[in-house]
Amino acid sequence: MMKTEPSFFTSRLNEALGWARKYSIFQYPFVTACCGMEYMATACSHYDVDRFGAGLPRFSPRQADVLFVVGTISHKMAPVLKRIHDQMADPKWVVAFGVCTCTGGFYDNYATVMGIDTLIPVDVYIPGCPPRPEMVLDGLMKLQDKIQDQHATGKRPAFERHPLQVLKEGFET
Amino acid sequence: MSTFSLCTSVTDRFPDAVSASHTYRDDATVVLRPESLLEVARFLKDDPALQMNYLMDVTAVDYSAFGQAPTPGFFASSGVAVSPSSQIPDEDPWPGPPELARFTVVYHFFSTAHKHRLRLVVPVEESVAEVDSLTDLLAGANWLEREVWDMFGITFRGHPDLKRILMYEEFEGHPLRRDYPVKKRQPLIGPDN
Repeated sequence: MMKTEPSFFTSRLNEALGWARKYSIFQYPFVTACCGMEYMATACSHYDVDRFGAGLPRFSPRQADVLFVVGTISHKMAPVLKRIHDQMADPKWVVAFGVCTCTGGFYDNYATVMGIDTLIPVDVYIPGCPPRPEMVLDGLMKLQDKIQDQHATGKRPAFERHPLQVLKEGFET
Repeated sequence: MSTFSLCTSVTDRFPDAVSASHTYRDDATVVLRPESLLEVARFLKDDPALQMNYLMDVTAVDYSAFGQAPTPGFFASSGVAVSPSSQIPDEDPWPGPPELARFTVVYHFFSTAHKHRLRLVVPVEESVAEVDSLTDLLAGANWLEREVWDMFGITFRGHPDLKRILMYEEFEGHPLRRDYPVKKRQPLIGPDN
């Protein structure tokens, strides 16, 4: 029988690593559309994303650990996004910024990917067209919580179970 | 030069090439027969009174569903007016679609010297779907004609490099044709969502 409770030292190590990771977010801004303006507003001094330790965008995926997908992704751009995501070193996280990246937004046509979660795994969804900087900061703090909860080896906590009533009738869980 | 005299300067010079012309809300439009497009464009560019040296845009219209009720879509009506606003005084009635061809290719010419503009409309049948390229005359037509080919499938005779510009090479069909299914997607990777 294995121990179910983590030991004192490994839990301290997890906390320390999580704390270090969540306050040193190096983001890769994958900016394709108008959401980029709101992303810049968030990054600039008025809202100051540097307060959260995320003030240094890296324009190389090898140096980044959070991929900010900001703006509409077209089918032509989809292989590029996938490649950028593959090039990032673990541990890595993905933030879908704006409704176009979450669901396709108001686009429903031949050109647009209906949500980047059809291509790559997404950690935090920030809806809005475009989202206000407050929402971005809220999403960033949720991402920090998620990073803090992650195991030092990169193993993520089990998925949250959603209450049954929000699921569709007849949907098997 | 007024929009009316812009129209007449073309129609007087090329009486056989012009099938219709009108001015509507201070915009001059000349409808041409396809075979005389190059000749008229060269005249517009070289004539000292016109000097239309800038091709602002090339686009096309698919009239195959013109006048029919729009397909019920996912989205409700956007509320965008489909007829001219009654707020704007209208001396001339709206002239309507040029003539019964499936496509029209539309050229917008502008003169940087005289600051006037003129629209050329060329009706194109689906069975032919080909017009002369203006790339020899105006180099800026290159990418604009590639876009029209990409979106509507109208070929340009004499274009140096007619290939897709907006969509990817693997894409099949021409998405702005009215018979292209509205929600048909051709993803390069990922599910067909």
